[in-house]
Amino acid sequence: MGINEKITSDFKVVGTRPNRPDGVDKVTGRAKFGADAYAPGMLHAAIVRSPHAHARIVKIDTSKAEALKGVKAVVTRADFAEGLTGENWNILENVMASDTALYDGHAVAAVAATSALVARDAAKLVEIEYEQLPHVTDVDKAMAPDAPVIREGAADKSVPEGLHPNVVRYHDSGHGDVEAGFAEADLVIEDHFKTEATHQGYIEPHACLAQLGPDGKGEVWCCTQGHFNVQKVCAALVGTETSQIRVTASEIGGGFGGKTVVFIEPVALALSRKTNRPVKLVMSRSEVFRATGPTASTSMDVKIGMTKDGKITAGKGVFRLQGGAFPGAPMEFTAMCAFAPYALENVHQIGYDVMSNRPKQAAYRAPGSPMAAFAVESVIDELCNQLGLDPIEVRLKNASKQGTKASFGPKFDRIGLVETLEAAMAHPHFSAPLQPGQGRGISCGFWFNHGGETAVSLALSEDGTVALSVGTPDIGGSRASMGQIVAEELGIAYESVRTTIADTATLGYNEISHGSRVTYATGLATIKAARDVVKKLSARAAAKWGIDEEAVIWEDGCAKPAGPNAGEFEPLPLAKIARSMGRTGGPIVGHYEATPEGAGVSFATHIVDAEVDKETGQTKVVRYTVVQDAGKAIHPTYVEGQFQGGAAQGIGWALNEEYIYGEDGRLQNSIFLDYRIPVASDLPMIDTVIVEVPNPGHPYGVRGVGETSICPPLAAIANAVSNAAGVRLRELPMSPPRILEALEQQAAKG
Amino acid sequence: MVEVNLWSGLRDFTDGQTTVEVEAQNVGEVLRGLVKAYPQLEPVIDAGVSVAVDGKIIASGLTEPVRPDSEVFLLQQLKGG
Repeated sequence: MGINEKITSDFKVVGTRPNRPDGVDKVTGRAKFGADAYAPGMLHAAIVRSPHAHARIVKIDTSKAEALKGVKAVVTRADFAEGLTGENWNILENVMASDTALYDGHAVAAVAATSALVARDAAKLVEIEYEQLPHVTDVDKAMAPDAPVIREGAADKSVPEGLHPNVVRYHDSGHGDVEAGFAEADLVIEDHFKTEATHQGYIEPHACLAQLGPDGKGEVWCCTQGHFNVQKVCAALVGTETSQIRVTASEIGGGFGGKTVVFIEPVALALSRKTNRPVKLVMSRSEVFRATGPTASTSMDVKIGMTKDGKITAGKGVFRLQGGAFPGAPMEFTAMCAFAPYALENVHQIGYDVMSNRPKQAAYRAPGSPMAAFAVESVIDELCNQLGLDPIEVRLKNASKQGTKASFGPKFDRIGLVETLEAAMAHPHFSAPLQPGQGRGISCGFWFNHGGETAVSLALSEDGTVALSVGTPDIGGSRASMGQIVAEELGIAYESVRTTIADTATLGYNEISHGSRVTYATGLATIKAARDVVKKLSARAAAKWGIDEEAVIWEDGCAKPAGPNAGEFEPLPLAKIARSMGRTGGPIVGHYEATPEGAGVSFATHIVDAEVDKETGQTKVVRYTVVQDAGKAIHPTYVEGQFQGGAAQGIGWALNEEYIYGEDGRLQNSIFLDYRIPVASDLPMIDTVIVEVPNPGHPYGVRGVGETSICPPLAAIANAVSNAAGVRLRELPMSPPRILEALEQQAAKG
Repeated sequence: MVEVNLWSGLRDFTDGQTTVEVEAQNVGEVLRGLVKAYPQLEPVIDAGVSVAVDGKIIASGLTEPVRPDSEVFLLQQLKGG
């Protein structure tokens, strides 16, 4: 059975709700975030950014900036590694432009000075001569024949001939015969949908403190979802060896995928190398909006056929994703997730990755999936409305199950979509009466989840407490759930475990905290490391008793003889073995390193009630219920928090949030006053139901939960709003002007 | 031999085929077999792919076993937020 040996189901600590170990630090201000680090002799940095959407950099004159008192160095692209290829080249080009500024806010130079104020003043003195070039920021316009080319030769070989050079990747998948499927349908609906780019909206801007000496040895402190990735990328971009850069992850004030990317750390390192002093670099909110990664914007066409009794006969989707000035928009996930909740005999999905003059998109919780659900689930809702069918019964009728051939190819293993639909149907929300002016929306959502390279270490102390070191930044409560897992396995108190996010010099490579992987993969590694410790503890007991190791079992935190034949011995508690470990063989440390590959996919069903004021176009979400399969909830409160967080972000994405570009290609709303994320008064209480259909690839049955919760909200809210307004909303955000426009168009049609 | 199912966008690299038979006992051998059969697949595979074996999506492990009767799908590389 390998990695999944010893399946556990009789839990004592897992499934309980202990206090979070970082709670006191967070509420007292003791927690240290990215901008909270200081070093003797530290300089402050500021980045010079392009004011143009697309411009050739003719000349950079740094002399006036360098002459300002307090300025210690200015760096440009010439201060970074040369000869990079592939993704490292793309990252460097985004971190610091070479000959062309590709979007409003693109970094062109950076300054280090004795204060942040002087650095900002000096940045204004860097003189840059630009030759403005034509720009494009809309996905459909970027694909049009007359669109300006962002970068010739950026497309890979997947792109069919004849497409615009801004189309840089192409995806085509499916099975069956969709045309035959549509012919079998009693009703076929085809519609067009658009979504705007939205930002992850993490409250903590990117920040770092970096030092790089002339010997090529460096240190970085930064807020990131993956410090091992920061280490690898920084080493490549400044031209040193990976192990010579030690990176420590700070506490993180939100990431949601947006902090899987490297933006400022190589700049701080380059400035430090030039000045031989530590350099601190903190982004402003405006810089975060202009120059980090929002999600992709989309233009989508979806066509679905259905019989009168609710069977989906075929589905086809064309998904165009604009991902900024670099390849990478997650159109393949949009395509692969679009129809995944449904068992379709005929399905076809096409994806286009399109470049434009915007910042490089970054992951945002289940990248690509929420937009797909918006388009597909809107069409399903419309089919249900026109055919007079119950939206949950139709989804149940077509739901993917274990053994279903997924829309993206393989057969599903054990999954819990049906269970989430049944739980939604049984929830009081689904049958509660609606008030006048209100509408109800349902949607399902799907995300893959991920495993990834993982290494952990678990060290016993002489007093019987344990220190767990993990390499995945805690972005969603993982220190609590890892502590519970150790306590569960070792049979000790949760409070006896301290979990630390170790730096890159302490553990083997750990992939980024992304893909909802931490509770699954780091949790699985923690289970195995704890079992390694148990093996070693049992060996010490066996040696003490003079019996075989196999004759010792571990139970309730003690080594015990396995049975009467093993001999009569008093149970040996962990603390007692730990107390003498220095004299019985040395320190006891468990560890585990692997790339777990059993991450189970996850489904959710959301129910939303919304109220629309037809005079003003204002929308209010009045009731929201999230039902999601967690496999096994280690810490249910954190799982519920992930569910609620996905719904809250989805409400913002669906109703108000959007990147607004002017005719000049510059971002118009780069502060929170103008980019409207939801505040508490915008949100209803969000009810949650945790469904537990165990993942066969994990000893406890864990599935990732951090991303799936943002897959259904756009669609569920759009369905609720459309049903309340009496008109189908096809474009996000459904801001008051868009709702009024849709109502006016409907009235004009009569 | 193991039958490997490709996403249909790869047809241009495989003479129109969406299934390819390769001699393989693990995921690494599946990928090497695909490149041997159709060298044009090499940049696609080098850029990163996942392999689904009997419904389990292998994101990176080359040593994961594959049986002759396994259901094998090549998928695009999984990432997340």
